[in-house]
Amino acid sequence: MKLPDILLSALRGVTGNKLRSVLTLLGVLIGVAAVILLLAVGNGSAQQVNNAISSLGTNTLTVRGTFTNDQVEALQRAELGHVDGVVPQVSTNLTVASPSSSEDSVSVVGTTEGYFTSGTTAVASGDAFTAADVTTAAKVAVIGQTLASSLFPTGSALGQSISIDGSAYTVVGILESQDSTGFNDANSVVIAPLTRVQRSFTGFGGITTLTVEATDADAVSAAEAEIEIVLNQLQGTTTETEDFSITNQSSLLETQAESADRFTVLLGVVAAISLLVGGIGVTNVMLVTVTERTREIGIRKALGATRGAILGQFLAEAAILTLAGGVLGVVAALIGAQYEIYGTQPVVLDYSIPLALGVSVAIGVFFGVYPAARAANMRPIQALRSI
Amino acid sequence: MSAVLELTDVQQVYGTGDAAVHALRGINLAVEQGDYVAIMGPSGSGKSTLMNLLGCLDVASSGIYELAGHDVAALSERELARVRNEEIGFIFQSFNLVNRMTALGNVELPLVYGGVRKRERRERALEALKSVGLEARANHEPQELSGGQQQRVAIARALVTNPTLLLADEPTGNLDSTSTEEILSIFDELSSQGRTIVIITHEDDVAARAKRTIHVRDGLIA
Repeated sequence: MKLPDILLSALRGVTGNKLRSVLTLLGVLIGVAAVILLLAVGNGSAQQVNNAISSLGTNTLTVRGTFTNDQVEALQRAELGHVDGVVPQVSTNLTVASPSSSEDSVSVVGTTEGYFTSGTTAVASGDAFTAADVTTAAKVAVIGQTLASSLFPTGSALGQSISIDGSAYTVVGILESQDSTGFNDANSVVIAPLTRVQRSFTGFGGITTLTVEATDADAVSAAEAEIEIVLNQLQGTTTETEDFSITNQSSLLETQAESADRFTVLLGVVAAISLLVGGIGVTNVMLVTVTERTREIGIRKALGATRGAILGQFLAEAAILTLAGGVLGVVAALIGAQYEIYGTQPVVLDYSIPLALGVSVAIGVFFGVYPAARAANMRPIQALRSI
Repeated sequence: MSAVLELTDVQQVYGTGDAAVHALRGINLAVEQGDYVAIMGPSGSGKSTLMNLLGCLDVASSGIYELAGHDVAALSERELARVRNEEIGFIFQSFNLVNRMTALGNVELPLVYGGVRKRERRERALEALKSVGLEARANHEPQELSGGQQQRVAIARALVTNPTLLLADEPTGNLDSTSTEEILSIFDELSSQGRTIVIITHEDDVAARAKRTIHVRDGLIA
């Protein structure tokens, strides 16, 4: 018996009981789609974390505590070996308004010109404020894109005057769009000279955040140690009593990335179980089919079908069922991956498609072997006697 | 004339010990080329067991069965399948056509297992259907055919490989008298063409058409 004949008779077998075939196929379809899609979701969330890591910059440290202007200046003058720059920040939430509209509780950050060069916060249009603006405490501001469009929905915010808690500032620049990593909209923000914000809103000495730029990504740990020593000296504390914290954002996110990977594995395992269940469904159906078609097997054997021909026919049926289910499952997964799932854009892993397809067909053939062998090993007379 | 098949002291025992059932107790039988033999016997006589042995659907417990010069007991599973395919044409009481397959497909089936190419398969199957007068029904499925027509398809299927032996097990058992007459006249014609036919029946008028009749009783030829 030749291969096309085997496939043709297998196809006839599969289409013989359409509802049953469709249900079996559905089991495999769901299994394959679940494997691909869940791996894609896990992968997508891992990629999101990775993107956040690169947008933060991998060579910055964040120091949180309470520092005076003098302490910050001392830190800047210390010329630490692994530190490129220290950018102080104060922040507060204020009402920001344009002549046409107003936004409550906008994050207003006071900082120095170094803010725009140390991190990844770049100015998209207009200019950043300068060292001179910081020295003179100029009433200028660089604002985020969301804020710019909500305050000035019709035209450009550049050069316009905005009111921060009642006093007028000139918008000199607009920030590039940022990925939001927390609860706050990173694009609804006002950046103004540190001196200006301290003088008008927060008072002196209330510096709460320092962004420390290490010389390169490998120097982050060394920079962290240096900063800790100097700050303890300046504040008269020890490592036990210090009341500031240094966070290395990239290492924090690396931990997140690791947990995202673990999440992916977990999702994959759950999906693999559903694929296995689909495979068992194939076995079940093949067993029923063999039992139901025992007489047909007997007829075929009486007409000269060899054991191999019968085995081939039933194996081919199992393979057709699982392959069709697998292909449809891949299609379903690819369609599903177009949509955002719980805030995560799934990214299909290249290897997951052949993996899921291969595993589903392997399962079909593996689980199909037993029923097919049972069919093939029947003595023709036994098979013919059954009804 | 040479013997198509020869049975020497063939016994068939099912089960063991006290539960053993001796279906055949020592059958000696030879069928020559061109013979038309009717095997008769009451139910339980062992005639169906004999038929299954003759058709290589079952293997005898002891004794020698030679078919076309081969000792069947010595054949492997694969060789037995080939013998069933090439040397024997089966006709069953309940037709045993494969459902959801056209008459043509059913007749082609033995040729499929024989590895015959598609075009030749189709030609030979159509010719066989023509010989039983059913070429117009080639694309009908079994459930669309009458009992008599189904049995004619089964005869075409048995003939298509040009077998050494035609084996019919109560071929008219499920048919009305008109269809029975049709089938029997086909057998008559096949016999006159020189085919070797063994037919199992319990109807005297069916057995009367054969060249000779063998009676089986209690596992022995009477």
